[in-house]
Amino acid sequence: MSVTSGVSANDKAEQQAQAPAPERKRGSSLHRGEGRRGIFLVAPTIILLAVVIGYPVVKAIVMSFQKDPGLDKATGMFVSGGSAGFSNYTHWLLQRCGTASCPPGTLGSEFWDSVTTTFFFTAATVVIEVILGMWMALVMNRAFRGRGVLRASVLVPWAIPTAITAKLWYFIFAYDGIANHILHTHILWTGGAWASRFAIIIADVWKTTPFIALLILAGLQVIPAETYEAARVDGANSWQRFTKVTLPLVRPALMVAILFRTLDALRIYDLPAILTGGGGGTGHATTTLSILVVDQIRSGFNSAAALSTLTFLLIFLVAFIFVKFLGAHVVQTQQRQQKGTI
Amino acid sequence: MIRRTRVFPAAMASLGAAVLVVAMGGCGSGNDSNSADKNTNSRGPITYVQGKDNNNVIRPLIAQWNASHPNEQVTFKEQSDQADQQHDDLVQHLQAKDSHYDVLNIDVVYVAEFAAKGWLQPLTGQFKLDTSPFLPATVKTGTYNNTLYAAPQSSDGGLLYYRKDLVPNPPKTWDEMMSDCSIAKAHKMDCYAGQFAKYEGLTVNAAEAINTAGGEIVKSDGRTPDVDTPAAAKGLSMLVDAYKNGNIPQQAITYQEEQGRQSFEAGKLLFLRNWPYVYSLATTDGSSVVKDKFGIAPLPGIDASKPGASSLGGHDAAISQYSAHKATAFDFIKFLTSEETQKTFATKASLAPVIASLYDDPTLVKQLPYLPTLKNSLANAVPRPVTPFYPAVTQAIETNAYAAIKGDKTVDQALKDMQAAIQAAGS
Repeated sequence: MSVTSGVSANDKAEQQAQAPAPERKRGSSLHRGEGRRGIFLVAPTIILLAVVIGYPVVKAIVMSFQKDPGLDKATGMFVSGGSAGFSNYTHWLLQRCGTASCPPGTLGSEFWDSVTTTFFFTAATVVIEVILGMWMALVMNRAFRGRGVLRASVLVPWAIPTAITAKLWYFIFAYDGIANHILHTHILWTGGAWASRFAIIIADVWKTTPFIALLILAGLQVIPAETYEAARVDGANSWQRFTKVTLPLVRPALMVAILFRTLDALRIYDLPAILTGGGGGTGHATTTLSILVVDQIRSGFNSAAALSTLTFLLIFLVAFIFVKFLGAHVVQTQQRQQKGTI
Repeated sequence: MIRRTRVFPAAMASLGAAVLVVAMGGCGSGNDSNSADKNTNSRGPITYVQGKDNNNVIRPLIAQWNASHPNEQVTFKEQSDQADQQHDDLVQHLQAKDSHYDVLNIDVVYVAEFAAKGWLQPLTGQFKLDTSPFLPATVKTGTYNNTLYAAPQSSDGGLLYYRKDLVPNPPKTWDEMMSDCSIAKAHKMDCYAGQFAKYEGLTVNAAEAINTAGGEIVKSDGRTPDVDTPAAAKGLSMLVDAYKNGNIPQQAITYQEEQGRQSFEAGKLLFLRNWPYVYSLATTDGSSVVKDKFGIAPLPGIDASKPGASSLGGHDAAISQYSAHKATAFDFIKFLTSEETQKTFATKASLAPVIASLYDDPTLVKQLPYLPTLKNSLANAVPRPVTPFYPAVTQAIETNAYAAIKGDKTVDQALKDMQAAIQAAGS
C-alpha cells in the first residue's frame, strides 16, 4: 500500500483496470519474499478456524453415522452402538423408530412437523417484518424534528436480549396477562396451536422489525435526493416514485436484510423455547428444528448429530438458493452502484 | 488470488488434522469397566457438585466438614439453578471422565441413566450404606437394576392445598373432591388445578393419577412399558373428565407450579396440587388472601382407605466412578445423609428430609407444620419411572397426556401411543 501513497484512490483503480500486467508482476515479486511469512501469519487463524469450526462440523458428521448406545438387556448397562450407516438419517427423514413408524410422543414423529413449523415461522415473520420495516424506514428517512430520538428508540426492542423479550411476552400472553385483559378475551395463548404460533410471530416481529428497518434505512440514505426531484419533475406520483425509484435502488440493502433475517429465522430457538416451550396444539405446534435438536441431545448425541446435520443442510440449501438466484444480483448491483453506473 | 491458493492447502491440512483428532478421539472412548475398582480406599480432597444453593445451606455445612477434615477438604462446585443445565453439566464432565467431580447431587429422575452409563460407583461392598432410616420410596429413586447407586439426599412430594374456610373436611377421594366442586361453583371459583402445561410437571401429575388408580408406567425393570391397562385408563380419565366438565379450569392447561400457586393465593382456586414450597409462601406472601384460610392434606385417593400416590421429587447423592478419592467421597455422602445434616437441610432450606423419623421430630414439625402430612404423602409415593431413557419416557408421557387432557385424542388412544412411544424410547 505504501507504494501507492500520493496516488489518489481513483487513479489506483484506473491503474489496476488499465495496466494489469505490471501490477501482477509486482504482486508475484512481493510474494516470493513474503509469501511464506504470509502463510505463517495466517496459520494461527486457519488453525483456530479448523479447531472451532472444522472440528465440530466433522465430528458431528462422524457421530451421525454411529448408533446411540443401547441397553444390554442382561446387565442393564449401556453398550456402545457401533456403526449406524444411514439409520440415524432415515430415523428422522422417514420418521422410523426401529421397524415401525414413530408413535406420537417420540421426537422422531415430530421431524417433518417441526420442519413445516420452522419454515412457516420464517415465511410469516420475514414477510411481516419486511413490510413493517420498510414502512418504518421510510418514516425515519424523512427529515423532521426528533428524528434522532425516533431512530434510537426504534432500536430498543432489538437491543433487548431475546431471552428477556421472550419472558416479557410470556407474561403478556399468560392467561391472566395483559393481552387477554386488553382484548377482553380468554385465549390460551400458549395452549392453542394457532394462538401459540401467533404469539411467537407477534413477539418476533416486535423484536426484529427494527433490525430490518435500520438495514433498509441505510439503503434509503444512499439514494440521492435529485433522483426524487427528477422523478417529480417528470410527473411521477408518490406511488410511482416508490415503485420506480425507491424500490429498485433500495433493493440491494433489502436483499441483504431478507437474507440475514431468513437464515436467522430458520435457526430460531430461544423465543419459542422460552415463550411456549415448543408446546401448543397437540403438544409440539411451536417446536422448531433447533428445539428438536436440543431435546434430542438429552436422549442420544449421535441421533442429535444426524438431526443437526440435516438442519445444517436445510439452512445451507436455503442460503445457497438465495445467493444463487437473488444474492448474485445483490453483489452485482452493489458493484455497479459503487462504480456509479446506476 | 495467488496468495489464496497457497493458503488453501494449509487449510486442508489443518482440516485433515482435525479429522485425525476426531478419529483418535473416537478410538479412545471405548468402555473401561475397570474404574469400578479404582481408588476405592484412597482419601484426599474432593469436589461436591450441586445446583444453585438458593438458601445458602450447603456452604456452611461444607465449612463444618472441612474444619474437622483438614486432609480431606471438600470444594463446592455450584451449577446453575436449571435442572436441564445441571443434567447437561454432569453429562459433559462424566463423559470426559473428569476426576474432579467426586460427589454428585443428581435429580432423582437421572440416577438410572447415569448408573446405566457406568458413571456411578455402586453403593455395595465397602460402600454399603445403611438404608433402614430412609423412607423406602426415596431409596427406590437411587436404585437401578436392584443395585443402590445413589443415596437419597432430599425428597419432595405432592400435597393437596385446600380452602379450609370453604371445605371443612378435605376430600379423601377423587370423587369426593369432584363433588366438592359445587362449592367452588357457588363461590365463582375454579375448582382444581395441578401442573398441566406440557413440561415435566405434567409427567408428575399424570403419573400420580395413573399410579393412584393402581396403574403403572413401566415395569420394575425400568424399560418395559405397562401403561396400556384399564387401571391406567381409569387414572388418566380422572384428569380428562375433570378438564372436560370444567372442574379443572380451561386455563390450567397452561399452568406450571407458579401459575397454580398464584391463582390459589389470589383466592380463585379451591383445590391445588403442589409441592411443599407453596406452604410458607401462601402463609407469608403479601399478595396472599388465603393466609390463614387454607389447609393441607395428602393427595386424594381412589377410596378413602388409601391416599393418592404422589410422585417423588428430590435429589440423590452419588460417587462418580472417576473420583480419585472414593473413600472420602463415601464419608461425605454419609455426612450429607446424616440426621444432623438432614435437619439442617429441613430448617434452613425447607428441603424434605429423607430420614423417616425426622417427620415426627417436634421441633421440626413446629417449624414446618406440613411435615406429618408430607410423611403420609411420601409413604404412598411412587418414584417416576426409574429408566435410563428418562428424557424420552417423560416426553412420551407428557405429550400423550397433554393431547388426552385437551381432548385431541381419546384416553385409550393416548395410552396406546404412550405405550408405543416408551417402547420406542427403550429400543
